[in-house]
Amino acid sequence: MVQKKNLIGLEHIDVHEIELILDTAVAMKEIVSRPVRKVPTLRGRTITNLFYEPSTRTRTSFELAAKFLNADVINISSSASSVVKGECLKDTARTIEAMGTDVVIIRHPMAGAANLLTGWIGASVVNAGDGAHEHPTQGLLDLFTIREKKGVLNGLKIVIVGDILHSRVARSNIWGFLKMGASVSVCGPATMLPADIGRTGAAVYCNINEAIKDADVIIMLRIQLERQKAGLFPSLREYARLFGLNRERLSLAKKDALVMHPGPMNRGIEISGEVADSLQSVINEQVTNGVAVRMAVLYLLAGGGDA
Amino acid sequence: MSEKMRQKAQILDKEGIRRVLVRIAHEIIERNKGTEKIALIGIQRRGVPLANRLSGYIREIENKEIPVGVLDITLYRDDLTTLAHQPILRRTEVPFPVKNQKIILVDDVIYTGRTIRAAMDAIMDLGRPNIIQLAVLVDRGHRELPIRADYIGKSTPTSGKEIVAVRLQEIDGQEGVFILGEG
Amino acid sequence: MKLLIKGGTLISPDQKKIFSADVLIADGKIAVLSNNLETDGAVIIDAAGKLVLPGLIDLHAHLREPGFEDSETIATGTMAAARGGFTSLACMPNTDPVADNSSVIAFILKKARQEGKVNVFPIGAITVGSKGEELAEMAGLKEAGAVAFSDDGRCVSNAAIMFRAMQYARMINMPVIDHCEDTSLSDRGAMHEGYYSTLLGLKGIPAAAEEVIIARDLILAGDTGCRLHIAHVSTAGSVQLIRQAKDRGLKVTAEATPHHFTLTDREVAGYDTSAKVNPPLRTQEDVNAVRQGLRDGTIDVIATDHAPHAREKKEVEFDNAPFGISGLETAVGLVWTELVNTGILSPLDAVEKMTTNPARILGISKGILAEGADADLTVIDPALTEKVDPARFVSKGRNNPFAGRMLAGIPVLTIVGGKIVFEYAG
Repeated sequence: MVQKKNLIGLEHIDVHEIELILDTAVAMKEIVSRPVRKVPTLRGRTITNLFYEPSTRTRTSFELAAKFLNADVINISSSASSVVKGECLKDTARTIEAMGTDVVIIRHPMAGAANLLTGWIGASVVNAGDGAHEHPTQGLLDLFTIREKKGVLNGLKIVIVGDILHSRVARSNIWGFLKMGASVSVCGPATMLPADIGRTGAAVYCNINEAIKDADVIIMLRIQLERQKAGLFPSLREYARLFGLNRERLSLAKKDALVMHPGPMNRGIEISGEVADSLQSVINEQVTNGVAVRMAVLYLLAGGGDA
Repeated sequence: MSEKMRQKAQILDKEGIRRVLVRIAHEIIERNKGTEKIALIGIQRRGVPLANRLSGYIREIENKEIPVGVLDITLYRDDLTTLAHQPILRRTEVPFPVKNQKIILVDDVIYTGRTIRAAMDAIMDLGRPNIIQLAVLVDRGHRELPIRADYIGKSTPTSGKEIVAVRLQEIDGQEGVFILGEG
Repeated sequence: MKLLIKGGTLISPDQKKIFSADVLIADGKIAVLSNNLETDGAVIIDAAGKLVLPGLIDLHAHLREPGFEDSETIATGTMAAARGGFTSLACMPNTDPVADNSSVIAFILKKARQEGKVNVFPIGAITVGSKGEELAEMAGLKEAGAVAFSDDGRCVSNAAIMFRAMQYARMINMPVIDHCEDTSLSDRGAMHEGYYSTLLGLKGIPAAAEEVIIARDLILAGDTGCRLHIAHVSTAGSVQLIRQAKDRGLKVTAEATPHHFTLTDREVAGYDTSAKVNPPLRTQEDVNAVRQGLRDGTIDVIATDHAPHAREKKEVEFDNAPFGISGLETAVGLVWTELVNTGILSPLDAVEKMTTNPARILGISKGILAEGADADLTVIDPALTEKVDPARFVSKGRNNPFAGRMLAGIPVLTIVGGKIVFEYAG
């Protein structure tokens, strides 16, 4: 019996597993670049996208990854409102299990949902974002993109700027970068830095100019207007002025610093259009690499065992 | 497994490998009436150094540069869903169009034919070649698919319990083809 | 029927002493306390090597009936109390309907008489529906049998309402028990705000959410003269505020739960909903401060905050799971293992916090080990160890984060009104 494998977060994954995924993604990227982007690898396997939050980007990326590997894909979208109404995740899990699926990709507004699912189903579980907890494939694709551009991860100075408190991407990034030997700084308004974040090993800044000094990589996070309504910052204008990345600020980082953003961007707020479209920006490549990394994850999880 | 397997016979040494590759290089040129539109694709892992060597020998003979690609067939294997652990993916790099080319697949050993079946599927996904030929260092028999090699270094009958081990300098740090068996 | 408990070691916080004596129980009362008693016709209980305590009192439990009988009933909750060594408990009013009127109090008391294994003392609501808007008929609740007032589960957010509630409770000489939580600060939080909430991506409840309300209540209690009891103290800052208030001579008492003196927020890692409780499990520093508060008398009472939930209610996303721990059946073992055997509390002090102190706060004549007193007794075996197995709970709530933990000091016999309501059977 093969041990079931899941990908819930980068906190509890070891360096060798990260490297295996990244190396596998290199081979997958070659497939993505072909005219016929299809290999028969997961023929006969079923992959279920279970999305409790609207997310066209992540869902499409997983769906493409599965289809390039020739798996069958089921999409189940449950509106946030039905979650609020108390629709039971356990019942949904049992239904999916009964349908016979090999991998469940789950996106959920509540932290811990992916973890919870692993206890209820035999299929492998991939966390596609659970509340403010983790978004491991985004973390992996950021690792992949940086490694591809910089050659190495070890020793790089990487800065994450924005709403760290609510960001699952930031958490996955912090674990992934630290494990691969990079130094990580987080920067944001004091109201959006989660408690004791420094205990992870990340350096903590409230001043972006200090944070991005000599950085090799700058990751800008999306700021959501609803946070302003919740009283976490006074206005988008002030946020942009204090924490937005523009050409002038970017010059404080290393000359060849990469600019990244998990998307979707608020141009002119957390990132100026000029920076987003600059040669230093690898934002579009992140999207391409996302498919390759997800193919790698699905390949490593969905094969093997009792077919 | 290898701990229990004992070396039973050596069927090719360093010089033997060189000789059969040179012969295959000549056969390729002869069969294809030159080198036009010929490209070699080595199957990961030991087909890759063999393809590079063949390309070198052909250059020595014809003074022509033959492009060499690298193919990993893992994603095309028909046994992926029955393996306990997923095999490690290696690089596929075919830096030339295969469309309308004469593709010569190169591998170290032909056995069941399943690897070659997978390799042909993989090449078809890259484009539509005019012709696919197959060159192997060793044919050990026991085919499970209707596939045969066009160029064979050495044919050696084996039993299913034996292993044919090809060792190449580029990967293994030594040269030779051995038959391994139990007891 | 007469019972004769022979050879046990008696702990009497009332008399502040530990001594050896036999106990003869007759007609629901403690008839004789003396050495080497011999009586014809009594059922003899050998208590050699065991501790005989006045029946333990849980000042803070949720019995869920009426309204949430899938989670617990008065019958099952009192059975769990008996198994846990408690002979009396005070139940919180957050039932459906809320115990904000005399008929709900009367219903609870009637049910408890009919089906209850232990004595039940209902607590009435402070405000109508525990909504924090209008005062409940507090005098009527008292006449119906309520022993205190609380909106537990919720905080009385409006300071003016709390001020008046305290004035009114003072007038009728009743204590007010507050669940101290500033909901604008805790704002849908699911666990303690700290390193682990950051790791897990769960919304945090800062320590300040508890402390600002305790500070407010202490000021209001000082102004009104009301007897204030602070429920489930969980933070170092709270302990310090209460200690300072007591030093100033304020009439304030406080309780701590076994989970708050034992567990930290680390327990939530893995999203274990059985560790979701309000107030949340805090840090080691807070646990240490609560233990220190118990040791120096700042915290008067150990109460369970027994909050059972039907299994399916806890088998959900962490954010969707209700708060609460089913704690009646592990409390005594935790007190003994974590506080007595570690030397933080003497056996006498530990028993005092579960007998005379809660009895004094609630104004009930319980918790006394003396001739003529009600024959409510708890016998525990300090040498017996047992692994916590929620599957064996008699409570309907199996939501308990201590599963698998070895506890020493297990209740082996519970006697209520002269009748054996629980006997340990392995």
